[in-house]
Amino acid sequence: MNRRHFLTATSAIGGGVLLGFGLPTRGEIRDTLTSDAPFAPNAFLRIDRAGKVTFVMPMIEMGQGTYTSLPMLIAEELEVDVDKVAIEHSPPDDKVYANPLIGAQLTGGSTAIRGTYVPLRQAGATARVMLVTAAAQRWNVDPSTCRAQNGVVVHAPSGRKLGYGALVDAAAKLPVPEKVALKEPADFKLIGTPHRRLDTTGKVNGSAKFGIDTRLPGMKFAVVAASPTFGGRLVSVDEAKAKAVSGVSQVVRLDDAVAIVANHTWSAKQGLAAAAPQWDAGPNAKLSTVDIVAQLARASEKPGAVARHDGDAAAAIAGAARKVDAIYEQPFLAHAAMEPMNCTVHMTKESCDIWVGTQIPGMTQAAVMELTGLTRAQVRIHNHLLGGGFGRRLEYDGTVRAVQIARQVRGPVQVIWTREEDIQHDMYRPYYYDRLSAGVDAQGKAVAWSHRITGSSIVARYFPPWLKDGVDPDAVEASANQPYGISNIHVDWVAQEPPSGITTSWWRGVGATRGTFAVESFVDELAANAKQDPLAYRVALLDKNTRAKAVLQLAAAQSGWGKPLPAGQGRGIALCIGFGSFIAQVVQVSVDKDGTVNPTYVWCVVDCGVQVNPDTIRAQMESGIVFGLSAALHGQITIKDGRVEQTNFGDYRVLRINETPRIRVDLVKNLEAPGGIGEPGTSCVMPALTNAIFAATAKRIRKLPVGEQARTEA
Amino acid sequence: MIRLNVNGKPGDIDVAKDTPLLWALRDVLNMTGTKFGCGAGLCGACTIQIDGQPTRSCITPVSAAVGKRVTTIEAIGATPAGKKVQAAWLALNVPQCGYCQSGQIMSASALLAANAKPSDADIDSAMAGNICRCGTYPRIRAAIKKAAGVPETEA
Repeated sequence: MNRRHFLTATSAIGGGVLLGFGLPTRGEIRDTLTSDAPFAPNAFLRIDRAGKVTFVMPMIEMGQGTYTSLPMLIAEELEVDVDKVAIEHSPPDDKVYANPLIGAQLTGGSTAIRGTYVPLRQAGATARVMLVTAAAQRWNVDPSTCRAQNGVVVHAPSGRKLGYGALVDAAAKLPVPEKVALKEPADFKLIGTPHRRLDTTGKVNGSAKFGIDTRLPGMKFAVVAASPTFGGRLVSVDEAKAKAVSGVSQVVRLDDAVAIVANHTWSAKQGLAAAAPQWDAGPNAKLSTVDIVAQLARASEKPGAVARHDGDAAAAIAGAARKVDAIYEQPFLAHAAMEPMNCTVHMTKESCDIWVGTQIPGMTQAAVMELTGLTRAQVRIHNHLLGGGFGRRLEYDGTVRAVQIARQVRGPVQVIWTREEDIQHDMYRPYYYDRLSAGVDAQGKAVAWSHRITGSSIVARYFPPWLKDGVDPDAVEASANQPYGISNIHVDWVAQEPPSGITTSWWRGVGATRGTFAVESFVDELAANAKQDPLAYRVALLDKNTRAKAVLQLAAAQSGWGKPLPAGQGRGIALCIGFGSFIAQVVQVSVDKDGTVNPTYVWCVVDCGVQVNPDTIRAQMESGIVFGLSAALHGQITIKDGRVEQTNFGDYRVLRINETPRIRVDLVKNLEAPGGIGEPGTSCVMPALTNAIFAATAKRIRKLPVGEQARTEA
Repeated sequence: MIRLNVNGKPGDIDVAKDTPLLWALRDVLNMTGTKFGCGAGLCGACTIQIDGQPTRSCITPVSAAVGKRVTTIEAIGATPAGKKVQAAWLALNVPQCGYCQSGQIMSASALLAANAKPSDADIDSAMAGNICRCGTYPRIRAAIKKAAGVPETEA
């Protein structure tokens, strides 16, 4: 299928026009998922006889603003008031609602705008052309004398007007035009303007519905507890004591978990405490983080799969005037979305209804079909707004667990993870161990760069076809394609999985977050080694990369780069090229004598090409910065005796308002292809922070989180 | 039976008296605007007001609310401070995922009801108990100032 897009128009049930359109899809992945399937339209726009426009969102809203920016693309070309576009969550279907850049129904990877910028505009423009044609036929005039504006077709010479609603039945019978012209960016009325979010009203008055807000007649509540050790088994529960708690109706035993079912969550929680489950700790009973890091360190001594090989880095390092080495470590991280994991299931012999907030409705449906033996039509996923995703809801483990429980329960049941359970049974951002070496000349300029990345492959578990020549593109993201102009570069990757039972998964910024920390820390070390300014050192190596240089220089200028600061304060800079965007940040920190690190300011410059909703871009930068600072300063999941040590926000600290720096975001305006903005803000801020700590204290943080490492020894 | 007065409506609910208000509101009264976040008074997602005081409903037993006025996100817009706070939240596009915002708005409304012109330090101390994983803190600060009519200082 070579056509860039494909449209169908049919009469909608109850009248009106239903426009189905296909978003272009990454061929190789699409083929794997849907090899026997014809190309099908995969997003839907409905206009009814009242003129109401409804858009079935291929992506889910999890805070990133997609429920505003995607309708803006359609409304711009359709010539309707975007504030009046009704939005529906899409039902599960990996073919119909495939993300164009991923090939499945998936919200993630900062792909929404990148994947839909052209096709959604084409859809809007096509619908507009058909409505104008219908009006022109009705009036028996030349369509070129008619124009569409604000949901109405106007015949300018006669002043006649018809609303879209009056035209939809006629439009539905028209052939779909092969080609429609899209607006020139200079003519945009909506795209590029800061537009208010369409999803906020319910989010300020309590009426917005997240998965956890599902309420059904006769619904029970269940609290789940999985084996506290990875790979452990349930041995016993005191069912009598659990059932003695008022409101508790049932104890559900699974191999590696137990759930207490009750008439409200508190009873279920009390019931779980009374049940006092006993566990067989299993094969990981003695496991600790130290063992996992030792495995990674050993694995990193052997060569890995080659991700990049320019020149001869080994020889150039051996022959260089000096050699610089560093090892960086980045910990396991939990997601800790504000909405704890939860899933509501109503299972009968013939059906399974699921109410959940998920980034992957289609894959979740497939997993439930496999688990239950039910058909696609029998497994219905009712998606919801997500109370935070950050990658956690790119997994269906919670839904599978809820179905395992619900199949033993009569009637609907809401399964809730306590915060402790959510943190201790997450699918963690993998621990990564990066070994870097550089050869530098007498002036300190890098002549060779060698980078070995060792860690778990999420791709190998999640979607093996993405592996390329034995290399996981996520594992080497921002590392293999690091932007600095050095003649000899060698980057390789060693796959090293943690012990079974610990599953690694996507976390905001994915590979770019890990790679950017290693690369931007090391280039900062090279600048220090050369006794050069970190900004000037980078700029000199970014010879041809004008967009990268521009964001760095602007961020530096905004921050007052180079102006002296009092003792104990410093500025650090970092560059992140990822998801099609260029971002530079300067972090300013103040480090107290006791080692407490206070980030006071962050200046962020974004060049993400065409801007759809500039206010959303700013919001995502603010968001990514706070998320990244939380992790860099405090975030780590550690394991002792086979179990996660952290339990709740007391020991899995995240930034609070009083700890949040002032953030200034500047946007670079141009007409480059639109880039993603949900993730790179997080990726950029971690090395900018640790580089600032170095500037303030001369302490180089090579292992995250910063924790108490900035403390100066007494 | 426990007699509660929630958003001006008295009613009886059949739960043990040590049941946290959070679960009574969400699971028994089906008022889901108040959110579960941590269950330990650490994140503020469950913040409600009892006699106008911001209170973590996840660690407050229903018995503590007997004879008092419980106000939740569903009714905060009917108070002068709550109405201003909601309007400022919308004007500055504060919410992202939105899950923590009920609690943020309940804390901010209580702050403004008690302190018409809060300083940055006042905002810090009133809002430090409310976590937002989307990092909407800069906008929360700006929105509180907007609602209070206090000028925002530039970064």
